[in-house]
Amino acid sequence: MNPRSVVRQALERVESGFDAAFGARLNPLYQLGALGWFFYWIVAVSGLYLYVFFDTGIERAYASVEYMTHEQWYAAGVMRSLHRYASDALVVVVLLHLAREFVLDRYRGARWFPWFVGTPILWLIYASGISGYWVVWDKLAQYVAVATAEWLDALPIFGEPIARNFLHESVLSGRFFTLMVFIHIAVPLILLLVMWIHISRHTHARSNPPKALAIGSLAALVVLALAYPAVSQGPANLNEVPAVVSLDWFYLPLYPLFDRYSGLALWGLVGGVTLLLALLPWLPPKRVSAAATVHLDNCNGCGRCEADCPYSAITMVLRTDGAPFSQQAQVDDGRCVRCGICTGACPTATPYRRRSELVAGIELPQLSMQSLRDGTVAAVEKLRGDTKVIVYACDSAAARGLENDHTAVVNVPCVGHLPPALLDFTLTRRHADGVLLAGCRRGDCAFRLGIDWTEQRLAGLRDPYLRKRVPRERIHCVWAGFDGRAVLLREAAAFTERLRSLGSFKPGERGPAGAPAGTMVEN
Amino acid sequence: MLRILRGSAQALAYAAFVAFIGYFSASPSYTHTDPDKALIRLSFSHAGAPVRPCRRLTQEELAQLAPNMRKPMDCPRERLALLVEVTLDGQLLHRGSLPPSGLRGDGSSTAYERFTVDAGRHSLGVRMRDTPRESGFDHQREWQIDLKPRQSVMIDFRSETGGFKLL
Ligand code: HEM
Ligand code: SF4
Ligand code: SF4
Repeated sequence: MNPRSVVRQALERVESGFDAAFGARLNPLYQLGALGWFFYWIVAVSGLYLYVFFDTGIERAYASVEYMTHEQWYAAGVMRSLHRYASDALVVVVLLHLAREFVLDRYRGARWFPWFVGTPILWLIYASGISGYWVVWDKLAQYVAVATAEWLDALPIFGEPIARNFLHESVLSGRFFTLMVFIHIAVPLILLLVMWIHISRHTHARSNPPKALAIGSLAALVVLALAYPAVSQGPANLNEVPAVVSLDWFYLPLYPLFDRYSGLALWGLVGGVTLLLALLPWLPPKRVSAAATVHLDNCNGCGRCEADCPYSAITMVLRTDGAPFSQQAQVDDGRCVRCGICTGACPTATPYRRRSELVAGIELPQLSMQSLRDGTVAAVEKLRGDTKVIVYACDSAAARGLENDHTAVVNVPCVGHLPPALLDFTLTRRHADGVLLAGCRRGDCAFRLGIDWTEQRLAGLRDPYLRKRVPRERIHCVWAGFDGRAVLLREAAAFTERLRSLGSFKPGERGPAGAPAGTMVEN
Repeated sequence: MLRILRGSAQALAYAAFVAFIGYFSASPSYTHTDPDKALIRLSFSHAGAPVRPCRRLTQEELAQLAPNMRKPMDCPRERLALLVEVTLDGQLLHRGSLPPSGLRGDGSSTAYERFTVDAGRHSLGVRMRDTPRESGFDHQREWQIDLKPRQSVMIDFRSETGGFKLL
């Protein structure tokens, strides 16, 4: 196994632990981006409150923060603590989010965009946080001001050293301080804009965590704020060196390096890491197959593919071929991640069609509907015994070695690639006695929406529906992911047992009324 | 039972998260200068003399210039680099040549240095050459100081107010 697979397996193990405690829907590790947004909003709202009482002049800034912290500890004081701790939490979840997208290889190919935009986000987060520590004008602020200014002065851009503004009372620049206050408000606003660009290519982006997770996180931060309030470190005094300071290690971890290495060396380090990070999606580039392709002869312009595509790769445009429909689908190759979810959504992707050639309105050229149907039929033909199971396994499922004399495996990029009509066809034409869908872990579909759309299609909540005549107890979903081999083997064996007791499919057979589409496995 | 177990596991996860954040948001503390020492900074901006004195142009030279460019004096814009030395108790602490800023070398030179020194009594000296002379200095000062631990002083230079000052 390559190193990334090992790390990925370890990550999924940790996440399974969180699944056990929180359930897949509330697992915080699946919601890191959404938590980032949530912490951002806490910082914004608490910051707005603090601004009401904050004095933006350098003479009174410190006293105004002291007033908030001590006189008004129950309101402004709590807000101050929330402002600091939510900023720290933002750094933590964003760094985890970044590492996670990297380990799961969700940053290359057409997914370069959010990653690339993420790089300036890091700079903006740090600029916001560092300027925040500056405006308190306590001893830490004094240290941060001089060290930051010295670091900026290492670049041969500024005529007069900026550090000079913070060296002595007689040269202290109130105007520069007020500029910092302005920066501390402007940079977070720019951050918000870039965060919005970051998720602009995701449809239904998870920018709000589930309510229970939001309430839990906010409550935990409030408890921290009350138990351990954020305080200042004594007023800045330019006649004295703030020799020992309490650092915020989330925002200021590089500052100790300023005392050991030259400013230019650190610029080189930080610039190099930034550049590497920004270019990572192309180091090496992902080898990709062709993007989804529209076959106009079979496209009726219904727009379902556009509604289901998780990456806004499809737009409906004016009809070009004179067919009696007003619109047609059009794919932006640069955004398409080759998940095939659009094919699963297309009403013309039906294996029943009498045409000699089976072509859907939108298809992945490397896995056409025709080859998927033929592959299914060929795979089950090799099976023996009277209980035949076909497993459709997505690329992230651990379906290796699942095949045996009565179980066949067909690979698809995502379970969302499967049109419900194909499952209908497989079962009611008695190619197989049961269909097992093996996907990512619930709550963390590699293509974001594949599991959700599949469940809704099977449950008759989203077009295209699985027809009522298909017995639901013959379809079983296992959302166990890359590390879920044991679960998958166990579930497949149990499913086969259940099928055996059902016997073979008889037309008109009905499962228990309203039975859910398969069982979800939450491990 | 399972609900209680899950609830406790969640509470534990939240607690661990905020404990981690609370701790590293202000600890461990960092000592960036020895608290028993004092700090001397040298910081100023000052333009050195022009690299050569101004020169009166000859009639022939003037005639060669375009009519709107004819000025009787030719003054170079480039400045000399400054030479600065700082001494502490007679020992040389720092010696540096400060080039002028600007692409044409016509701006001020800027000094910025920091020295961590023992607290206590010292004689602190500073001198600078800003003219084309070969030896010696144009500005110098010496102070007797008694530095407390963590005290921070700054050597400034303002030509308008008579040269070096200790702030
Ligand atoms: C303020 C900081 C950030 C916030 C609030 C944030 C939020 C989000 C959200 C909400 C999503 C969509 C998740 C979904 O709906 O499936 C996302 C996706 C993504 N983010 Fe971030 N993000 C931040 C910073 C970063 C950084 C710094 C990087 C990397 C350099 C990054 C890399 C990615 C990638 C690669 C995706 C795409 C995942 C996919 O295609 O499934 N993000 N982010
Ligand atoms: S394969 Fe289809 S659904 Fe998936 S990204 Fe491409 S166009 Fe969108
Ligand atoms: S779902 Fe199929 S028929 Fe509908 S617009 Fe998309 S390609 Fe055309």
